[in-house]
Amino acid sequence: MKRMITYREALNEAMAVEMRRDPNVFLYGIDVADHKRIFGSGNGLLEEFGAERCFSTPLSECAMTGFGLGAALNGLRPIHVHMRVDFMILAMNELTNMIASFRYGSGGRMKVPMVIRAVIGRGWGQSWQHSKTLHSWFAHVPGLKVVMPSRPADAKGMLIAAIRDDNPVIFIEHRWLYDVVGEVSEESNPDSLEGSRLIRSGSDVTVLAVSWMNVEALQAAEVLAKNGIKLEVIDARAISPFDDTAVVESVRKTGHLIVADYDWVHCGFGAEVATRVYEKCMGSLKSSITRIGFADAHCPCSRPLEIEYYPSAINIIRAVEQKLGLSKIDLTHEEFYSYEKKFKGPF
Amino acid sequence: MNESGIALYRTMYMIRSAEKSIQAHYGEDEMKTPMHMSMGEEAIAAGVCHALKPEDQILGSYRSHGIYVAKTQETDRFFAEMYGKASGTSKGKAGSMHLVAPEAGLVCTSAIVGSSIPVALGFAFSNKRFKNGRMTAVFFGDGAIDEGVFWESLNFACLQKLPILFICEDNGFAVHSPTHARHGYDSIADIARKFNCNVLQSDSSDAEQICKLTKDAIKLIRDNERPAFLYLKYYRYLEHVGIGEDFKAGYRSKDEFEQWLKVDPVRLQREKVLRTMGEDRISVLEKGIDEQIESSRMRAKNAAFPDAHTAFEDVCI
Repeated sequence: MKRMITYREALNEAMAVEMRRDPNVFLYGIDVADHKRIFGSGNGLLEEFGAERCFSTPLSECAMTGFGLGAALNGLRPIHVHMRVDFMILAMNELTNMIASFRYGSGGRMKVPMVIRAVIGRGWGQSWQHSKTLHSWFAHVPGLKVVMPSRPADAKGMLIAAIRDDNPVIFIEHRWLYDVVGEVSEESNPDSLEGSRLIRSGSDVTVLAVSWMNVEALQAAEVLAKNGIKLEVIDARAISPFDDTAVVESVRKTGHLIVADYDWVHCGFGAEVATRVYEKCMGSLKSSITRIGFADAHCPCSRPLEIEYYPSAINIIRAVEQKLGLSKIDLTHEEFYSYEKKFKGPF
Repeated sequence: MNESGIALYRTMYMIRSAEKSIQAHYGEDEMKTPMHMSMGEEAIAAGVCHALKPEDQILGSYRSHGIYVAKTQETDRFFAEMYGKASGTSKGKAGSMHLVAPEAGLVCTSAIVGSSIPVALGFAFSNKRFKNGRMTAVFFGDGAIDEGVFWESLNFACLQKLPILFICEDNGFAVHSPTHARHGYDSIADIARKFNCNVLQSDSSDAEQICKLTKDAIKLIRDNERPAFLYLKYYRYLEHVGIGEDFKAGYRSKDEFEQWLKVDPVRLQREKVLRTMGEDRISVLEKGIDEQIESSRMRAKNAAFPDAHTAFEDVCI
């Protein structure tokens, strides 16, 4: 019998099992122990493990990041949580000048087993300081692992793996994914922190999707299927290190690639993926690679502007039509942006 | 016989001798790393480290030659790192500004001002969790208190009642900017006193006094479960970075240096131990250290560079 749980519950389960297994694991960050418990992902941890292992901190992102580094170097396994990835910008010095390079700088004599969870906000007028993604920033720096699971099973398996990993891992969670339901094993095994995953097979066009864009890509695939087009969807899962095996293999089959990223396109992850695919399977490509993501603008507040700003299934469908030389599919009877209608905020 | 006084002198002489050796050979351009010299601050490095136990942990800045030698008492790996050799503290990857010796308790040094201060919190927090009785001491200059992360860290340490010593070494300048050009307040010690911590201060260059002050601070930390902030003055003898003097630059006067030189920490301690040790025994001790330094330096100079491929190793496990 399949066990279906939410992404939120999967995160919660991963932390709880690891905290039970290893007394050195602890969770901290701004408002981690408040009544909301990071959108419910930290439910029950304070009650089970006590304030020593689950605590809220002062609003000092920079110091709290360096604190995590010291705790990790000295034998603990910290999980630092940020309710918005945007807040991590206050800690970029500790992250990039200290954490990322610490093992290297010690000549391999010291290790940093630390997880930094960061939530991406979106919608309900959160505008430009609660809506960034920044995975390309983090992935640009050697020494940081960057993962962005989109499915509950990956959320659990990859968070367990991140906690057990002896390197710093940045674990980026899209707020809207918290309510996504999926099959998750009762078993608590670490999943790989590397490699993308095929989540829908198809033969016509490949979409490599990042985080929430997997939800959009699967919706696009449904709409396109009704029109006889088979979309192959690959969840990027791990941004750094990025294993391009699955996407290269898929492009060799379909000859078309859309990178559906969830960040600014300019100098972004999509450019890295596109370059690798050009390098490895130029001869298989039937069209140039399409990058979808955020335009060179900041995220606006107003609902119509917000909808214009964020990429969606519609962008993927239109890109597929262009690649295959199809006329525009009538989308008037399809429902898009359903989550925008459901999500009432404020968080 | 003043054993602890002799031990302090031995450490300070080793720091001074190592740096004199760097000065003498830096021009050969084989130690290709920016040197931020400790000359003038030996009493703080030695005084604090001698008050600590071997298993206690220290963190510092890019000006860490003094605390490295004081905590490790070794110079082989030290010089090998200066020469960029595989046998260095970080296999030649770190240089003068990032010395570490985890086995001896020097766990972090950093060239971004203030950035090792919050890392010390994590060490102190985990030591408290492990109930291992270890003390953490973090050294930083007065420039670091201009950084927001210092205040964030002091606050968190007080909030969590961490067993930690904040060692502020005030040489009157952040690089070349004097205190009065940077501070909108008069006394850092007065402000620190408003936090729930123990504040101790000294402008002495007497290592025995610094050592005693540090022991007092550690006792206070253990007794009242509050961190300690030690505010200590010293004079940086050499330029901010490099091996030379910079009195001609005009931002500070040589007169001031000469006043401090009258209470030079190494000479001061030598005079103290001279009374009980006698000149002959001191000379033997000094000669032994000089030979150790020269032997370490020559071994480092002649050691192998790391293999080129190691440039890409140790990024992740």
